[in-house]
Amino acid sequence: MTKQQANWSPYDNNGGSCVAIAGADYCVIAADTRMSTGYSILTREYSKICKLADKSVMASSGFQADVKALQKHLAARHLIYQHQHNKQMSCPAMAQLLSNTLYYKRFFPYYAFNVLGGLDSEGKGCVYTYDAVGSYERVGYSAQGSGSTLIMPFLDNQLKSPSPLLLPAQDAVTPLSELEAVDLVKTVFASATERDIYTGDKLEIVILNADGIRHEYMELRKD
Amino acid sequence: MATTMVKENNAGPAQLLGPESASERTLYPYVTGTSVVALKYKDGILMAADMAASYGSTLRYKSVERMKSIGKHSLLGASGEISDFQEILRYLDELILYDNMWDDGNSLGPKEVHSYLTRVMYNRRNKFNPLWNSLVLGGVKNGQKYLGMVSMIGVNFEDNHVATGFGNHLARPILRDEWHENLSFEDGVKLLEKCMRVLLYRDRSAINKLQIAKITEEGVTISQPYALKTFWGFSAFQNPTVGAEGSW
Repeated sequence: MTKQQANWSPYDNNGGSCVAIAGADYCVIAADTRMSTGYSILTREYSKICKLADKSVMASSGFQADVKALQKHLAARHLIYQHQHNKQMSCPAMAQLLSNTLYYKRFFPYYAFNVLGGLDSEGKGCVYTYDAVGSYERVGYSAQGSGSTLIMPFLDNQLKSPSPLLLPAQDAVTPLSELEAVDLVKTVFASATERDIYTGDKLEIVILNADGIRHEYMELRKD
Repeated sequence: MATTMVKENNAGPAQLLGPESASERTLYPYVTGTSVVALKYKDGILMAADMAASYGSTLRYKSVERMKSIGKHSLLGASGEISDFQEILRYLDELILYDNMWDDGNSLGPKEVHSYLTRVMYNRRNKFNPLWNSLVLGGVKNGQKYLGMVSMIGVNFEDNHVATGFGNHLARPILRDEWHENLSFEDGVKLLEKCMRVLLYRDRSAINKLQIAKITEEGVTISQPYALKTFWGFSAFQNPTVGAEGSW
């Protein structure tokens, strides 16, 4: 008798899209609120965004249980950091921590596709984009998740970052104003909702700037 | 299924077999319960589940209580492997015992129990030995209503109405259409019965013997088992083979 194989998978894709855009003095992080499994919708009001520190906000899509565990893990590590250093973690520091945490499970990965947004130590917007095992880079904007293939080309068209090979080095952050960036995010999600079945229901937007943190919501198509 | 039931060794744990030992991890479920449906209403949570436990295609047990009260503030309903549900009840017994032993006037609410269950399910999934259940956790504490769900791989969320298994496909659409805030108890029961009736017609592992459980600030009440009225008098059922001749 051949060895029986397990007929269950430890992974599931609960769908959804995440976007982050960095500005000169702000950062916009957005994600839809739909949680799906297979062809079913589990809930229309699930937040994929997690505030890790005063100046770091992460949006993750993929396998929800892994995303939740990852967010919990990072929040716990941030608390320890605060106890040890008596200050908040900077966004670049959180970015490195996220990368290391993901790679730690290189051989049983967190099925989480992350974008980390925030303000760097100079108050400029920063966005870091990741794959499931922790490879990351700082960029001016990024999209992850089920709608990323629909969203990213459009962001490239509207926000094209200067090449990192240029000399002198040019800023990756967009010259758009905060309101224009938020408007772009709304447009981008409305479009992704049309063609990606896993994106829709509601859009949650978090805006980080020198004044603090702000939330905005927008209804998306529910079909 | 019966042929794969017998483990390779009859005496002693599998480790004694040496390098080619059988894994003792869960591969598939054996005795399973079908959907659980639950919704929030004015005073708390209403939950419904039938009393069947199937052994593959055999309806093996017909008086299984798939909903149990947990502590003072929570109600747990489970679908999937019944033995794993019983194991979870043992874990929760211990959790509630330790909670009571603090004797500090505080008690675990539904949110806390849901969080605990999520961690248990996720950790078992991490060890590739899952508890094969989809759990529905509802409750009321200090006027706050809570209704959540955890799957066997740790996927969890809360919402105004939840369902497991076939209930996701058949009951959730009805609930999305007809649920609203502050349902009365009667309307809540009617809505749940509507969902359970559809499941009875369309889920082959469902039986017409169900319980409805209610949890409010005052506590838990689980109804006596009862049956739903069904209608089979459709004209198409009278002569089902009409038009079938020659339709090879």
